[in-house]
Amino acid sequence: MKRIYVKEEWCLGCHLCEYNCAFANSGMTDMVKALRGKTIYPRIQVETDENGVTYAVSCRHCNDPLCVKSCIAGALSKKDGVIEIDHSKCVGCLTCVLVCPYGAVVEDGSGVAQKCELCMKNTCGAPACVKGCPNGAIVYEDRGEAE
Amino acid sequence: MNFYPEFEVVRNDSRCIRCRVCERQCANEVHWYDEDGKVMLSDESKCVNCQRCVTLCPTRALKIVKSDCRLRENANYSDQTIKEIYRQAETGGVLLSSMGNPNPLPVYWDKILINASQVTNPPIDPLREPMETRVFLGKKPDHITRNADGSLDTKLAPQLTLSMPVMFSAMSYGSISYNAHASLARAASALGIYYNTGEGGLHEDFYKYGKNTIVQVASGRFGVHKDYLEAGAAIEIKMGQGAKPGIGGHLPGTKAVGDVSKTRMIPEGSDAISPAPHHDIYSIEDLRQLVYSLKEATEYRLPVIVKVAAVHNIAAIASGIARSGADIIAIDGFRGGTGAAPTRIRDNVGIPIELALAAVDKRLRDEGIRNNVSIICGGSVRSAADVVKAIALGADACYIATAACLAMGCHLCRSCHTGKCNWGIATQRPDLVKRLNPDIGSQRLINLMDAWRHEIKELMGGMGINSIEALRGNRLMLRGVGLTEKELEILGISHAGE
Amino acid sequence: MKKYVIIGNGVAAAGCIEGIRSVDAEGSITVISAESYPVYCRPLISYYLENKTDLQRMNYRGESFYADHNATVLYGKNAAEIRTDAKQVVLNDGSSIAYDALCCCTGSSPFVPPMTGLDTVEKKFSFMTIDDTLALEKAITPESRVLIIGAGLIGLKCAEGLHERVRSITVCDLAPRVLSSILDDRCAAMMQKHLEDHGISFILGTSAKEFQGGHAVMQNGTEVDFDVLVLAVGVRANTALVKNAGGNVGRGIAVDDACRTSLAGIYAAGDCTEYHDISSDAVKVMALMPNAYMQGRTAGVNMAGGEAAFDNAIPMNSIGFFGFHCHTAGSQPEGCEMFEEADENHIKRLFVKDDRLTGFMILGTMHRTGIYTALIRNQTPLSSVDFARLKIEPQLAAMGSAYRDKVLKGAV
Repeated sequence: MKRIYVKEEWCLGCHLCEYNCAFANSGMTDMVKALRGKTIYPRIQVETDENGVTYAVSCRHCNDPLCVKSCIAGALSKKDGVIEIDHSKCVGCLTCVLVCPYGAVVEDGSGVAQKCELCMKNTCGAPACVKGCPNGAIVYEDRGEAE
Repeated sequence: MNFYPEFEVVRNDSRCIRCRVCERQCANEVHWYDEDGKVMLSDESKCVNCQRCVTLCPTRALKIVKSDCRLRENANYSDQTIKEIYRQAETGGVLLSSMGNPNPLPVYWDKILINASQVTNPPIDPLREPMETRVFLGKKPDHITRNADGSLDTKLAPQLTLSMPVMFSAMSYGSISYNAHASLARAASALGIYYNTGEGGLHEDFYKYGKNTIVQVASGRFGVHKDYLEAGAAIEIKMGQGAKPGIGGHLPGTKAVGDVSKTRMIPEGSDAISPAPHHDIYSIEDLRQLVYSLKEATEYRLPVIVKVAAVHNIAAIASGIARSGADIIAIDGFRGGTGAAPTRIRDNVGIPIELALAAVDKRLRDEGIRNNVSIICGGSVRSAADVVKAIALGADACYIATAACLAMGCHLCRSCHTGKCNWGIATQRPDLVKRLNPDIGSQRLINLMDAWRHEIKELMGGMGINSIEALRGNRLMLRGVGLTEKELEILGISHAGE
Repeated sequence: MKKYVIIGNGVAAAGCIEGIRSVDAEGSITVISAESYPVYCRPLISYYLENKTDLQRMNYRGESFYADHNATVLYGKNAAEIRTDAKQVVLNDGSSIAYDALCCCTGSSPFVPPMTGLDTVEKKFSFMTIDDTLALEKAITPESRVLIIGAGLIGLKCAEGLHERVRSITVCDLAPRVLSSILDDRCAAMMQKHLEDHGISFILGTSAKEFQGGHAVMQNGTEVDFDVLVLAVGVRANTALVKNAGGNVGRGIAVDDACRTSLAGIYAAGDCTEYHDISSDAVKVMALMPNAYMQGRTAGVNMAGGEAAFDNAIPMNSIGFFGFHCHTAGSQPEGCEMFEEADENHIKRLFVKDDRLTGFMILGTMHRTGIYTALIRNQTPLSSVDFARLKIEPQLAAMGSAYRDKVLKGAV
């Protein structure tokens, strides 16, 4: 299954992925209108290690999704390999945030949880972080499945 | 003395989303975020107009414009001329510049037009008919010879085979980054053409691209050793460079770090100074010795190129080179690029490549030695049209470097000498070098060459020519516009309408 | 064809059904459900009161869950007895169901300590089930004064749920602080202040001595008038079925990592069990929804002949009130070291012992706390990571490039 992977040797730490993510999931057609003057809550986050190496972290769509197992509302599920969140069911208990070992489930600013759904639910067509990365540091490809 | 900055950063605050990409991406530290006012601010005096911020700004909130704050207008003493005087009065130093001569001197390519067939000599549709763009560079026999048994003697001097008549010209590892070299090497390899190491040696990682590499030997002899010479497909002796004829090179010690120093075989941090002359070459005979030394060292397997800057008596120089045993002459025109050159030299020394090329081709033909060598034309070949014109003027192939840099992301801000290239090309700073992903860089070079190949075929087809060989030196295919009799005479072409 | 029986129809049961079906598509599954609703997660009932969900959305696995998993649910039935010799479960209507493998997901029940005059209170409710909630909802009016006995997770969530719908809420607890089972004094004080800022009143460190209709008198003499009483003192694991059948039972049904009880063929999962907490190396009742699911699933896989273990259980809680959240996990063993970072609106306390993160309490900022939870769960030696950075912010950057390569460059 295709997932998002990072190539940290090419990540520039520009954080554009975070903004592209926030825009893609804003439901708006204009980035300025969507993001200007707002705190963004992206589903992908750039980290910097002690050597200054940067890379973006988003949901791994893992084999043992603790978020799905822990969701009190049954709002998280894994369908065709993609871990999705049903926002109509989420009550914002944030248990998923507490259990995700990658820190990839985050609060959306309004109190409920959100996570990368590979831009399958917005109009982007393909993951916005991948499309917008200026240096090919985020890729969307099939690297097989975990053992 | 303080001046109002050359450029202004125009930020459309109503579009700015404070993502701070501009701040993070500017190695010149022009932009910063003011937490108190929650606003992006900028120091324009540091801006070199490389357009990195403009390109990456996701909301098009930025533009860089030329400042209109100028010293009082004076047709003789321009704003720039005056400011250069101020700078020199302050520093006592030689002015440095990068990339090619930006001044409004004649671009002859733009005054030459290409022919097309109508009615009597039909054009060829390259989408339907085969079209040969392959060229071979090297000495060609003057006539057919036969062996004792009457069979054809097919043994030729060593040749370079190019899928199309364009190559990436010399840019050293040091002047440009590892990733820039990786992009050039990978693209040349995929395209079936060549790139050139420049005088910086060959990084061990790139030996695998040797089949598509031209290794350079220049006056500093940096990075030259037996394996290096044998790694390439051809050896280029650099006698001169179009951007700075008559002078050597200087890689500051600050850039001679890590693998750069290792590859050049010089101590870390030491300045790499290439002398103006080769200290063992003071005559064509001396040059011949070096040509044959290099041939001997590589068992006569590789063609040897001699690269010279286009200067006043280029035709006579080329004639000498053609008799020196060299297989190929590369002529570099005065608009050729550089990673750093004294401004006065770059802007005032040398001659246009178009005139030099025409003069050389004519001279070698007149002397009956044109087949001794192939001719490569470099120094601001900007498009497929320039390539076609160069070939019709007599070139076998063209060298491109500025255009290749542009394909890799260069925005021609002409600040290479600062070492802070925001596009990851002319820099050794690791955080900047990584901005050029060779996956992307090589693909863009390949795309550019693919596009040019299509265009070359279309232009050739229009002329009714289906092989690049049939275009070479075919000056009937060219006409001049707005040129004097003398210029037309040197170019060897008629005026439009004739 | 194997016969699976599950007593209970909560989240552990749902996990059990999914566990069984991940191995065995054929066997029959019978679920004995005391409540007459398809599986829902009990913590949702406070959100129901807040209108953040409704009965339809509370359905944990959707309309077709039982049909999709080919499971039969007997609604409104209670198990009365397990006959291990005959491998049968006897229901309270006298009928019996045979099993090859049985899972007890019997959950817990509210615990109500004896209080004088409780029988004089007209409107008193527990807060555990949908039925409790519907009854409570019926009883309240915008003018109601509500007294909640118990400032634990259930009592406080009930307070939050009722907040917009009643006139006043008073919460009392014998413990001197709120959420005493998961927070220490400092953290509890911050949470209490936040709740008080939203108009909840507290009477702490004392218990109700006596009720006279709508009037309560505390041990310390405080008196409260109320219209509606909610009893949220605590819960007790429902262990009787297994205990009576001769199984090992402590405060909960004793289960191992495979969720087996001491009785052959009988498994147990969820709030009715006690099991090993790796963060404190102790056996505890950890009545937590995520653990219930994971236990249920583990039990199901093992019942169907597969192999699964739930061997890294830790206590953890995510709870929030009026937008102010609190995450806790693990434990604070004797002699542990504490790292604290705090300001007016947030507090982070990390507990470390023997080169391991054993627990944390975080209030106010919940960003990526799962990275800390994983450190506890995986018992990661802190000397193998950059704990100085982790203390500041949970981040993969502090876990070393090898870990990063594994989780970011390949499928996990």
